[in-house]
Amino acid sequence: MAASAPHRTIDAVWRIESAKIVAGLARMTRDVGLAEELAQEALVAALEKWPASGVPDNPGAWLMAAAKNRALDHFRHAKLVDAKHQEIGREMEEGFTPDLDAALDDDIGDDLLRLIFTACHPVLSTEARAALTLKLLCGLATDEIARAFLVSEPTIAQRIVRAKRTLAEARVPFEVPRGADLAARLSSVLEVIYLVFNEGYSATAGDDWMRPALCDDALRLGRILAGLAPDEPEVHGLVALMEIQASRLHARTGPSGEPILLMDQDRARWDHLLVQRGLAALERAEKLGGALGAYTLQAAIAACHARAPTPADTDWKRIVALYDGLAQLMPSPIVELNRAVAVSMAYGPEEGLALVDAIAAEPVLRGYHLLPSVRADFLLKLGRLDEARGEFERAASLTRNTREIRLLLDRAAALHPGLRVVK
Amino acid sequence: MIVIPKGYEKAKPGAMPDAKIVAEMSKYNESLQKAGVLLSMEGLHPPSMGARVSFSGGKPRVIDGPFTEAKEVIGGFWIIQVKSKEEAVEWARRAPMPDGQLIEIRRVQEFEDFPEDVQKAASNEPALRERLAKQGKKG
Repeated sequence: MAASAPHRTIDAVWRIESAKIVAGLARMTRDVGLAEELAQEALVAALEKWPASGVPDNPGAWLMAAAKNRALDHFRHAKLVDAKHQEIGREMEEGFTPDLDAALDDDIGDDLLRLIFTACHPVLSTEARAALTLKLLCGLATDEIARAFLVSEPTIAQRIVRAKRTLAEARVPFEVPRGADLAARLSSVLEVIYLVFNEGYSATAGDDWMRPALCDDALRLGRILAGLAPDEPEVHGLVALMEIQASRLHARTGPSGEPILLMDQDRARWDHLLVQRGLAALERAEKLGGALGAYTLQAAIAACHARAPTPADTDWKRIVALYDGLAQLMPSPIVELNRAVAVSMAYGPEEGLALVDAIAAEPVLRGYHLLPSVRADFLLKLGRLDEARGEFERAASLTRNTREIRLLLDRAAALHPGLRVVK
Repeated sequence: MIVIPKGYEKAKPGAMPDAKIVAEMSKYNESLQKAGVLLSMEGLHPPSMGARVSFSGGKPRVIDGPFTEAKEVIGGFWIIQVKSKEEAVEWARRAPMPDGQLIEIRRVQEFEDFPEDVQKAASNEPALRERLAKQGKKG
């Protein structure tokens, strides 16, 4: 979108209003794909009119009315003769003229929640869910989503078109799942939000080590969800995890953009407002009771770091215990690898190395750069420098992130026999 | 981004805002929270209950409120997380402010915004903030 002043304002309005508009339209039309298209048409109308007429006093209502008029046109003129569409058209004509604002205020929370569950429906691939969520709920344009995932714009456009078609073909109802369904569907939603966050927090490819705007989008969505589903402990757990991780965003890179690892970060540069928000969200998750879920456990681990004024103050034994819980809940070599790091900090590098070597043959970890990188750390602490250097170099060959490659090669070079690298 | 409402200069000591205004404001605050943008907020008592310490000629001078010459006095603040100044402006436009008041929007300074020499001069500041945050945890 062009960066002229009216366009920037329209961008801002869109960011605030679009999810509500799409959600409201989806309830009226019972078709998320159509709702998104109508909302886009309203945006185009705003881009045409507002630069000349100025932004209306209530831009959200303006956009909603414009989209609704297009919906009515659609149902009137599309020669849709089947009973379902006639009924929708009639309902819209009768029900939505009087007080748009009140209607929006009352139902919008439920509609938003329905939209989140629909966009993250398990009938869609994880990639499709993430793209659709960014489009429908965060108001990102296709080119922004493409940049976020480092794929081409047509690829994302295709992905979104296909996702909308899949939802229509599967006749996914626009509703919040109930009962036994809810837990599985909620975990699908949380997975998508955390995936978006992580794509921003540790970019898997490209020149940037992070893309913080994506973290903000995920965090905002998580906070919205926490407001809509306040009784779900894992929602608060995920929000806590993201707030605490986001608090480190500024401390995670050095002046020339190089990554700084958790133990080496200047903790004074953590965002302590976000830390406090994260700890408060964690408390809410814990207070809701029941066994701690996977996100809450990870948030509790992050909180151990957040509470430690210096790395030496870290309660590693508690972190090991939390990883024990996490390993039981979702057994995975990645969790084991992290647990090994905690064990080495709590009980010594030898213990950590034994754990890592026990999982080194896991197929999931083949090609995973953090395995040799963690091993290298342990070897370094044990004074086995040649082996450590080899592992750092192996780790560097396994990641695609150029910043990370640099960090790993620097660490390897620092261990070169007879050579001291001055930084 | 910090959003600061002003226009509070005439409030009498102990003056409390009207229940209707508070209800509207609460609704607005809730909308900020529901949108996932509100990080923190506070409201302030009127300046007539406060004091000012002015500095001129190298000496601090204390003046108790109310202040006759006061203009555009801060009534409180919201801290919101948004992508652009325009987005902050859009949120401010939605605030239910009484006639004659105004809202000022300012970006919160980040440590990295400073040039290197200023970063050095302020090098104890982040640590200070950290201690403050820890002490203020209960709030």
